Amino acid sequence: MSDLPLRSQLAVALGRTAAKMSRMAGRGDGSVIGGRVGLRLDPELLTRLAKDRKLVLVSATNGKTTTTRLITSAMTPLGEVATNAFGANMPTGHVSALASAPSARYGVLECDEKYVPMVLKETGANVVALMNLSRDQMDRAAEIWLLAGKWRRALEASPTSHVVANCDDPLVTWGASTAKSVTWVAAGQHWREDSWCCPECGGPLDRQDTDEDSDWACRQCHFRRPRPDWTLKGEVVTAPDGRTFPLTGLSLPGRANRSNALIALAVVAQFGVPPEQALPLLSQVTSVAGRYTTVEHEGRSIRLLLSKNPAGWLEAFDVLRPAPGPVALSINAQGPDGRDTSWLWDVDYRILRGRPVWVTGERRIDLAARLEAAEVTFTVVDDIDQAVMAVPPGHLDVIANYTAFQNIRTRYGRVV
Amino acid sequence: MSSDRIKIVWIYPDLLSTYGDQGNTIVLERRASLRGIPTETVHLRSDEPVPADGDIYLLGGGEDRPQILAAQRLRGDGGLARAVQSGAVVFAVCAGYQLLGHEFGGEEGQPVAGLGLLDITSGRGEQRAVGEIVGDVAAELNVPRITGFENHQGVTRLGPNARPFAKVVHGIGNGDGFEGAYSGRVLGTYMHGPALVRNPGLADLLLRWAVGSELQPLDDSWAGRLREERLKAVVG
Repeated sequence: MSDLPLRSQLAVALGRTAAKMSRMAGRGDGSVIGGRVGLRLDPELLTRLAKDRKLVLVSATNGKTTTTRLITSAMTPLGEVATNAFGANMPTGHVSALASAPSARYGVLECDEKYVPMVLKETGANVVALMNLSRDQMDRAAEIWLLAGKWRRALEASPTSHVVANCDDPLVTWGASTAKSVTWVAAGQHWREDSWCCPECGGPLDRQDTDEDSDWACRQCHFRRPRPDWTLKGEVVTAPDGRTFPLTGLSLPGRANRSNALIALAVVAQFGVPPEQALPLLSQVTSVAGRYTTVEHEGRSIRLLLSKNPAGWLEAFDVLRPAPGPVALSINAQGPDGRDTSWLWDVDYRILRGRPVWVTGERRIDLAARLEAAEVTFTVVDDIDQAVMAVPPGHLDVIANYTAFQNIRTRYGRVV
Repeated sequence: MSSDRIKIVWIYPDLLSTYGDQGNTIVLERRASLRGIPTETVHLRSDEPVPADGDIYLLGGGEDRPQILAAQRLRGDGGLARAVQSGAVVFAVCAGYQLLGHEFGGEEGQPVAGLGLLDITSGRGEQRAVGEIVGDVAAELNVPRITGFENHQGVTRLGPNARPFAKVVHGIGNGDGFEGAYSGRVLGTYMHGPALVRNPGLADLLLRWAVGSELQPLDDSWAGRLREERLKAVVG
């Protein structure tokens, strides 16, 4: 970093001071404010900080924080890795992450879907991992067809970037298919309500699902699923060379995390880290920014699951303890959650029938109306404590959306 | 109602189902069922012909491209227009509302031909309207104050053969102080997604139109509380 221009060095130093002050004031980890100060002083700072480093951008609607963490862990054999581990996934967060690890030759940056074109242009990232796109916080997020179109233009303009993309998601495939070189990864897709139509021509997509594979193709045009280089069947990964690796050692639960791990294996293989070396490192990741953490409170083991949108709820349901295990749900609708709760009607809550269900959060009445229509029996409580104390000692799964999750995490200790 | 059950046709969920639109089918099914009226719901994909024998047709929201595709396919099919002529009920939200009109704005704001089933014309406004919307419904419809969430960039003008659905109390709606439009049994609104959830009175209007008689009242405890909470949060 010593070869940064003086102005950039000053920008980095002042950014760090701002971040430190923010931390001291108890306003979070300071990465956003630090980056903001730095970028204000030197608008080219991200480009300068990215120079001479090997960078990975990780983007998706769901799983980007977790996958960023998995990739970072699996890249440790290469040396120091800069990363925005706490989900500050816009350029301000990227600047902070890179500035705080000046000697790291590698960087893994989680990137908000909308910012992929800008960050790709400014950093010329070596590898871009694209995993899934689905409806999410429609009041503030971009429409996803539009987003995939922007990815296409950005990747076309960045021919030296290699893409690792999930070919089971038709929209991601379309978004990635203008890239000069792509590793296609069959990472699965369980939420399909946003991919019934061909992104290329609008025609109907035909799906074929067998135990062995999950294929799709447009009925009207040439657009179809590319041949995957990496595949995942159940818990077994097949690498491009045909070797197979079990994912049974992963600490993170559920099929979504097996998909995330598969993407991570394909990304780090680009840097020469083989699966046999990467897998034990993936297994060391036990929770990510509080997600999947179990906290102990008054004899209850409370497991915290974050779900921000319909596709995310499907994956949370996948890891629930079997019925009649109790579940508490907490829903807010503040800015980061999206102020519109319409998405509750895209989630199929019938899976919760036959369990004790507690409902809380600022928008608990929205959730109550939804569960009533799904014929799920539930109890509305004022806060998470009431739910925790109402269940008998033992395991309780809690699913919450963003700010509701943060509130619960703060209440029971910020275990990372 | 042409038979012993209400046939609900959800038009093109593969194109017009952006955010919770499924809620409207669930609410109609449930409110009919609680009164002992059976329903049959068809989730009609955009490569299938529109059936002529539906009692209630639902159209949801969508992004620009899917909205254009849906309009083209519905025009080509012609089934929805025939159903309207024979008195079917149509309830359309957001993108679905716009495409019922003569024209609407495409990706670049270019005019795209709609179905002409409502005497309205839509274009693209300067600013996106995002937030809670509240309105007082046209008196003759006998529906209490509506509450919903709008998220659109459309501006809609009504022609002489369409009436405004509601007068805006909070929010943007059509952009002229009114929200939505109706004509006969065809009704469109900018309240997006599961608009019927917070407005059981509106759901019952559609069901009344479909069965052709008054309905017994229901206990709306959760929907009622939700409605009160949202109205209070917005207009106090």
